[in-house]
Amino acid sequence: MRRIVFLVVSFCCIVSTWYACTSGSQAGGALGNMPDTISYNFDIRPIFSDKCFACHGPDAAKREAGLRLDVAEDAYKALKENPGAHAIVPGKPELSEAFARMTTKDSSQLMPPPNSNLKLLPYEIALIEKWIKQGAKYEKHWSFVAVKSPGIPEVKNKKWPRNQIDYFILQKQEEKGLEPNEEADKERLLKRVSLDLTGLPPSAKMMENFLADNSPKAYDKVVDQLLNDPAYGEKMAVHWLDVARYADSHGYQDDNYRSQWPWRDWVIHAFNKNLPYDKFITWQIAGDLLPNATKEQLLATGFNRNHKITEEGGVIDEEYRVEYVSDRTNTFGKALLGVTLECAHCHDHKYDPFSQKEYYQLYSFFNNVKEYGFESIVGGPETWAKKPKMQITDEDVKSVLKFVNKPDTSNLIVSVMGDNTDSVRKTYILNRGVYDSHGEQVQPGVPVAIMPFSNKLPKNRLGLAQWATDKRNPLTSRVFVNQVWQEFFGKGIVKTSGDFGMQGELPSHPALLDWLCADFMSHGWDIKRLVRQIVTSATYRQSAVVSKAKMEVDPDNIFLARSPRYRIKAEFIKDLVLSSSGLLNKTIGGPSVKPYQPAGLWEAAASTGGSLGMLGTYKQDHGAQLYRRGMYTFIKRTVPPPAMGIFDASNRDQCEVKRQSTNTPLQALAMMNDPTVLEAARVLAGKLQQEKSAEQDKINKAFRLIVCRKPGDKESALLADLYKWRLETLTQQKASKLLAVGEYPLPKNADKIKLAALMQVIVNMYNLEETITKS
Amino acid sequence: MANEFMEHALNQNRRRFLSKLSLGLGSVALGSLLVPDLLKGIGGDDDFGFTPGIPHFAPKAQRVIYLFQNGAPSQLESFDYKPKLREMWGQELPASVRMGQRLTGMTSGQASFPLVGSFVDFKQYGQSGAWVSDLFPYTSKIVDDLCIVKSMYTEAINHDPALTFFQTGAQQGNRPSMGAWLSYGLGSENKNLPAFTVLLSRGKGVGQGVYSKLWTNGFLDSIHQGVQFSKGEEPVLYLNDQDGLSKAERRKMLDNLAEVNQLSYQEMGDPEINAKIQQYEMAYRMQTAIPEVTDISKESDDIIKMYGPDCLVPGTYAANCLLARKLSENGVRFVQLYHQGWDQHGNLPGDMRKQALDVDQASAALITDLKQRGLLDETLVIWGGEFGRTNYSQGALTKDNYGRDHHPRCFSIWMAGGGIKPGIVYGESDDFGYNIVKNPVHVHDFQATVLNQLGLDHEKLIYKHLGRRYRLTDVSGKVVKDILA
Repeated sequence: MRRIVFLVVSFCCIVSTWYACTSGSQAGGALGNMPDTISYNFDIRPIFSDKCFACHGPDAAKREAGLRLDVAEDAYKALKENPGAHAIVPGKPELSEAFARMTTKDSSQLMPPPNSNLKLLPYEIALIEKWIKQGAKYEKHWSFVAVKSPGIPEVKNKKWPRNQIDYFILQKQEEKGLEPNEEADKERLLKRVSLDLTGLPPSAKMMENFLADNSPKAYDKVVDQLLNDPAYGEKMAVHWLDVARYADSHGYQDDNYRSQWPWRDWVIHAFNKNLPYDKFITWQIAGDLLPNATKEQLLATGFNRNHKITEEGGVIDEEYRVEYVSDRTNTFGKALLGVTLECAHCHDHKYDPFSQKEYYQLYSFFNNVKEYGFESIVGGPETWAKKPKMQITDEDVKSVLKFVNKPDTSNLIVSVMGDNTDSVRKTYILNRGVYDSHGEQVQPGVPVAIMPFSNKLPKNRLGLAQWATDKRNPLTSRVFVNQVWQEFFGKGIVKTSGDFGMQGELPSHPALLDWLCADFMSHGWDIKRLVRQIVTSATYRQSAVVSKAKMEVDPDNIFLARSPRYRIKAEFIKDLVLSSSGLLNKTIGGPSVKPYQPAGLWEAAASTGGSLGMLGTYKQDHGAQLYRRGMYTFIKRTVPPPAMGIFDASNRDQCEVKRQSTNTPLQALAMMNDPTVLEAARVLAGKLQQEKSAEQDKINKAFRLIVCRKPGDKESALLADLYKWRLETLTQQKASKLLAVGEYPLPKNADKIKLAALMQVIVNMYNLEETITKS
Repeated sequence: MANEFMEHALNQNRRRFLSKLSLGLGSVALGSLLVPDLLKGIGGDDDFGFTPGIPHFAPKAQRVIYLFQNGAPSQLESFDYKPKLREMWGQELPASVRMGQRLTGMTSGQASFPLVGSFVDFKQYGQSGAWVSDLFPYTSKIVDDLCIVKSMYTEAINHDPALTFFQTGAQQGNRPSMGAWLSYGLGSENKNLPAFTVLLSRGKGVGQGVYSKLWTNGFLDSIHQGVQFSKGEEPVLYLNDQDGLSKAERRKMLDNLAEVNQLSYQEMGDPEINAKIQQYEMAYRMQTAIPEVTDISKESDDIIKMYGPDCLVPGTYAANCLLARKLSENGVRFVQLYHQGWDQHGNLPGDMRKQALDVDQASAALITDLKQRGLLDETLVIWGGEFGRTNYSQGALTKDNYGRDHHPRCFSIWMAGGGIKPGIVYGESDDFGYNIVKNPVHVHDFQATVLNQLGLDHEKLIYKHLGRRYRLTDVSGKVVKDILA
C-alpha cells in the first residue's frame, strides 16, 4: 500500500509539472504564439469570465468595489474608490489599474485574490496586455448576436467537398496543415449511417443491396431509405427524451407510476412526419394556447409536465409548485436557449448578463398553470397524471391521435399544460430562490441581452414561443443545430452544448455553425433536411482510421480530419443486440416495458409501509415485450434501468442535453452477462444452426449481422478457433446450463453442444469493441 | 503489468495522452489506474488548482464508512435526553419555542402540538458521561469512542430533499454524492474494487425509499458512481458468469476477445480499443476480488458473535456492517450504508425499539472491530439520519403511543475514528429539544469536516461543469474544528 501511495504521489508531481508546462498551450500556446489581433470574444472574455466576473461582472449584489469588467463603459470609467484611476485605459496597459492589480507582486493587492483559488496564467496576462494595447475593444458575446450567414470559404482542395459543410471543415484543416481521411469503406459507412439515422444496424438485405449498388447515388438512396424508416423518429426521439426529462414515474419519494408515454409517442411521430423545428417547440411550449388548439397540439405540451412531481405526504404545496415552475424555466433555458438560467434563480447570474429579475420574468410565463405542488395520491389511473391533464379516448386514437399506441380500452390520462383563465397568478422575485420569500412583483419578460421581447407579442407562453422561434433570436437555431451536430459527430461545434454563455466553450467552427443555422431557418426549420446535409457531407463520410500523425496534431479531433469513433448510446446497444439476432420487436410506442433486470433492485429501494405503490416490485414482462427497443424500457426515476445507466443513459432527473461517454468495467460485465445479450446470442445461434450451411459460414454470417461487415481472414480464423475449442470442451451438461438463459424457446432437437459453442462465439462477437462502436 | 496500467491511462485520457507520449510520460503512468481523473483535464474544465489524487494536506482518515439511518431516527429517544418533555407531557408546545417555524404538511393542520417525552429511559455512560437511551445498550458501551453531535441542523423538511442535501450538498439537482467526490478527489486504494460502494438494508419500521441519485456521480465521470452491492448470489450487477462457464473458460474467452479486438486496433489505430480491452481485464479481476471480499465464511466466531447472528443473514444491517468493514479494510474509499425504516410518524415506541434492535449491536461492533484491527484511527465512521423529529406528537397522543414528525432544526448524529475527538458530546439543544442553543452544525459544516479529515479542503475540492465551479459544500460550510482530535 505504502508503495502505491508513493508511486501515485511521485507520478502526480510529474503530471502536475507537465500540466503546468502545457496548460498554456491549451489556452492558446506559448507566449510567442499570440494572435496578431486579440479578439475580446475569443481571447479575452473567456479569461475575464472565468477569473474576474464572479466579483466584477453582472451580479450586482456581489460586485466588489463597484467595478464591472464585462461592460466597456464601466471598465473605462473612473474608479469608484479611486476616481483618479481607471480599471482599463484603452491603449495603455501601464495606466490601467486592473492590469496593475493582475500583475502586482503584492499579494494583498493581487487580482484575482489568492483566497479565491483563482489565478491568471502568464499567457493570459500577456493576452490582456496586448488587448489593452490594441485599444481594449469590447464585443457583444458571440452567441447573443443574431445569426448572419457567412460566405462559403475558399479551399485549396476543390475536389473533396461534397456540400457546403465541407468547405468550412476543410478550410480549417488546411489552416492546420491537415488533410481529410479517405471515405470510409462501404460496410462501415452503412453501419454508421444506419445507426445514426435509425439507431439500428443495417439488415442483411440492406448490406447486400448497398454493396451491390455501384451507382454514384447508392449512398444517397440509402440515406433516403433510412430517413423514411419509422425507426428514424425513434432514433431522433431518444435525445429529445433526455432534453425533456421524460420518464415513467413521478420521481421523488414514493416514485409511483405516471402515464406520460403518449407524449413520447408524439415526439416520435413529430420527427417522422418532420414537423419543422419552430412548430415542434411552439407546440411543446404553447400548444394549448394556439388558436383552435388540436388535441395533438395539447398533447405536445406534455413536454413541460415531464418534470418530477412529488407524492411525498407532508410536503408544503407551494414549495413544490415553485420547484416545478423553476424546472420548466431552467429546462427552457438549457434545452432551447443553451444557457444556464438556473444560476439566476437565487441571485443575478455571475457570468452572463441575466438578472435575477429577468429569471423571474421568464418564470412568470410558466407560473400560471392550473397545477398543485402536491395532489392526493389515492391510487388509480387518475393519479398517474397530475392536473392539468387530458384524456385520450379510444375515439382519439382512431382519428386525431393515431400515432398513440394505446394497447387497450382503459382510461388513459396525460399531464399537459393549461393556464388559469379567470385570473393570472402573480409572480414575484423569490429572494435567494426561497419559495415563500417574495420580493418585487414582476411582469412576463425575457433576458434582454439575448433579444428583447417585442410589445407586439402576447405576454403568455405563445408569445414566448414566438420570441424563441423568431429568426432574430440568436440562440434557438444555434442551440438546436449544435445538438443535431452532436448527435452525428459525438460532440457539438460548441462542445458545451448546454452552455452558450460566457463560461461555455467557444465554437470550433463558428462560421459553419452560423451558415448551418441561417440555412436551416431559411428552409423552414426542416430537420430532416439538416440531417441529410450532415450525413451526405464528405466530412461525415470519412473513414475513422486514426493515424499517429493526426493524433499528434489534433488529439481531440476538433478539426474532423477523420470521422469520430465512439460507443453508441445505451438504448442502441440493446437495439443492436436484438436486431442482429432477429429478436427485435419493431412495435412503435405504447406503454413502456419491463425487460430482464437483475432481481431485487426496485424492492431494495422501495418505501415500506402503505406506500409501496405499484412500482414497489419489478414485474418483468414476458413474450414479445421483452424484445422492444431500448427506448421503451420503463424508467423508474429513483431506480433507473441498470443496463442503461451503466452505459451512461440519463436518469431523467432533469433536462440533459449531452450524455457522458465512458468506458468502465461494469460495462464489460453487462455485455458479458446480461441475459438480454446471452439470449440474443443463443437465439441467433439457433437460427444459424437450422440453416444448411458450413460451420464457418454460420460464424461469418453472425459476424456480418453483428459487426455489420465481413470478417477478415484472421478474424474468421480466431473465431473458428474459439468455436472449435468450445466444441471440444463443452459437455452436454455444461451446454445445457449455458443455453438456459432467456425465455425465448429453444429450437427442438437442437445439438446442444454445437448450439452452445456457436452461442459462445456469438457472445464474444457482441463483446467486441467494434460491435457497439460507430466506426 | 506496467503496460496494463499504461493502457488504462490511455483509456482515461486517451487521445490527448497519446499525443504527449513523446514527452516520456508513458513510463510513469502508473497512478492513473487508482486516480482516474489524474490524466483528465484537472478539476473538470479547469487547467490548474486541484489535482485529483493528492490531498491538500495530511489526511487523518483514509476511508469513510457512513451508516446512514434513512428516514430520520428521533434524537429524543436516542442521544438527546430531555427530561422536561416528560414533565410537560401532553402540554402544548410553547409558541416561544416554536417561533413560527414551518412544519410539514402532515402536522401543520394539527389543532394542537402536545409535547411528548421519551418512552424510554436514558442513562449516562463512559468517561464522557454521555446520555444514551436504553434502546441502544451496545452503543452505550462505546460512547468513549464516539463524538456525539447534538446540534445538527438542515435546510430540508422532507425526506427526498433532505437525503439529497446530506449526500450531495444540494436539495435539488443531479450533483455528485459525497462518495463520488471522494473517489474523484482521492481515487481508489484497490484497483480491483470500486472506490465507492453502497449497501442497502431495511428494518422492520415504516420507512422511506432510497434513490440511486443518492450515490450518483452527477457530472463527474461515471467511474465515480457508487456501486451497489446487493445481497445474494450476485453482489454486483452482472458480475457472475453463467453456470457452465468456468473461470478458466472465461479467461480463454477473454483472450480470444482481446485478440480479435487487437486486429481492429491494428486497422483503426484508435487507443479506445485498447482501453476497452483493459476494462474487460478489470472486470475479470473484479470477478475474483468481489466474491473474496464478500465472503464472510472465514470470519472468526468471535466476530460473528460481536456483530450478532443477523450478520450471517445477507442483506441485513448487521451483515452490511461486517461487509463494510471488509470492503473498507480492502481499500474501498467510501462505504455508504442505508438502513431504511426510521420514519416514525406514528407508533414510535414500538417501531423505534425494533429499528434500534436492528442497528445497535452491529454499529457498535463495527467500531470495536475496526479499533481492535488498528483501523479506527484511519477510518471515519458516521451514524445518523437526514433530520430529526419533533418534540410534539404527530397524531393522537395516548398514554403509551405517539408519533413524531420531521424536524430539521435540531438533531443528533455520531462520528468515530478518523481523527475525530473520541468521548465527547458536542453542541446542545434547548430543554425542549427543539432549537439549538450551542454550537450549531450545518450539513455543509459536517461535509466540510468529513472532507477535512480526508485531507481535502472543501473550498478547493472543485469541479467545473457548464461554466460553474461546484463543491460538495456548495457555497458555505466551515470545518468544525472543536471536534477534531
